[in-house]
Amino acid sequence: MLKRPHYIAIGTVVMLALILLNLPSHTLARLKLAVGSVFLPLFGLANSADQMANKAGDAITTRSELLRQNESLTRTNQELRMLVMQAQETARENLRLRQLVGWQQAQPWKLKLGKIVMRDPSNWWRTGQIDLGSRDGLTENLPVLNMDGLVGRVSSVGLTRSTVVLVGDVNCKVAARIVESGETGVIGATDPLDNSLVALGFISNKSAKLLPGQTVKTSGMGGIFPAGITIGKIADSHQIEFGLTTEARVKLSANLGALDEVWVKLP
Amino acid sequence: MSKLPSADLRRLAAFGPWPLDFEHKEMSTLNSILILLVAFLAVFCESAFSGFRNLLGAQIDLLPALMVYAALSAGLPTVTMAAVFGGLLFDSLSANPLGITIVPLFVVGFLINLQRDLILRDQLFAQTVLRLSASAFVPATVLLMLMTGGHRPALSWFTAWQWIVMTVGGAIATPALFLLFGWLDRTFTYRSATEMSFRPDREIRRSRR
Repeated sequence: MLKRPHYIAIGTVVMLALILLNLPSHTLARLKLAVGSVFLPLFGLANSADQMANKAGDAITTRSELLRQNESLTRTNQELRMLVMQAQETARENLRLRQLVGWQQAQPWKLKLGKIVMRDPSNWWRTGQIDLGSRDGLTENLPVLNMDGLVGRVSSVGLTRSTVVLVGDVNCKVAARIVESGETGVIGATDPLDNSLVALGFISNKSAKLLPGQTVKTSGMGGIFPAGITIGKIADSHQIEFGLTTEARVKLSANLGALDEVWVKLP
Repeated sequence: MSKLPSADLRRLAAFGPWPLDFEHKEMSTLNSILILLVAFLAVFCESAFSGFRNLLGAQIDLLPALMVYAALSAGLPTVTMAAVFGGLLFDSLSANPLGITIVPLFVVGFLINLQRDLILRDQLFAQTVLRLSASAFVPATVLLMLMTGGHRPALSWFTAWQWIVMTVGGAIATPALFLLFGWLDRTFTYRSATEMSFRPDREIRRSRR
């Protein structure tokens, strides 16, 4: 038999849930970021603990190991300098050709480095939060990538934190292009069993031959992701809709399970 | 008041802050604050540490286990606050609509709290059933509410495995929570004075008079 306190509790919870679930999406996003901000002190502590652990690890590293790492980094630095020289020459040539033809000059990307501070605690979404916000110049729908490839896009922005929807989430669709064949398609979600695989569907040529190992990059057609960002490589393909069209599974270049630092492309 | 052998009393006391006389007992303010604090830390740990996710493919949710504890050892206001607070915190870090997790958590806590006088809390079977039921009910209900609301979470046959992991993980976590709260209660609260059999107004005469 229910008593008055029970009815009051039920009524309170139901009213609160109805109010929250019927709020406008913009207000809801701001409210979520406001409630999530209570975790800031804890994430700051976790970050400090992580840095202290790294420093402690550095302190016990042997001198020979440090020298080996230094040599490896110096060699990598020299190789990258050579690549930068070649890229600069290619960019100058590209600029000259664009001017000759009369095309608009391509602008270099403005990137901001951020750190993934938390992941979605639920198992049916693929999102995370980074330590950049509106005070760092972020706005919604900015591409997020790392040196391996595309990571996702910014879905909501707070003052100091932003939510990133990762590639493979149902709310993150990416216009893609297969480099070798030129076919275009849309990257969507796939089986959550493997976070490193996404589906490439809506392929422009229904009878296209998709071979494993073909590179998939952003096509720039969606309006959010610029062209040329590496997404991954085709793992396999199969016919769907009773053979009417083809869908492929793409192995992502970026390791979404071990994200640490990411780059946000600013407008 | 139920009379139990002393060995059983000691066993129950070691397990957690059960009201040993099995009568309704108002939970202290400290215990309510501790429940909310553990909810806060649980959501933080689920978000910041991906060990279980990388190992088993699913993240374990500790909030249903916490609701079972709150329902069995606290009053309805604490249960309501834990559901609202825990649900809001969980949804604030997730892509879930804000407030969707509150209702399933509250339902679990409310139903257990309503019938807690009938539940054999000291029996392992009853505890296991409660733990498993709560840990299975909450994520399933959240998913149902998401799909009813038009959202499309990532679902496949692997979701069944994730649900099993969340159910078993939550079931394993519940006794750990009881032990934790038992330790906190013993550490931060005074133990009530036990009634001794000695009374100063009694006198035992050992004579022929």
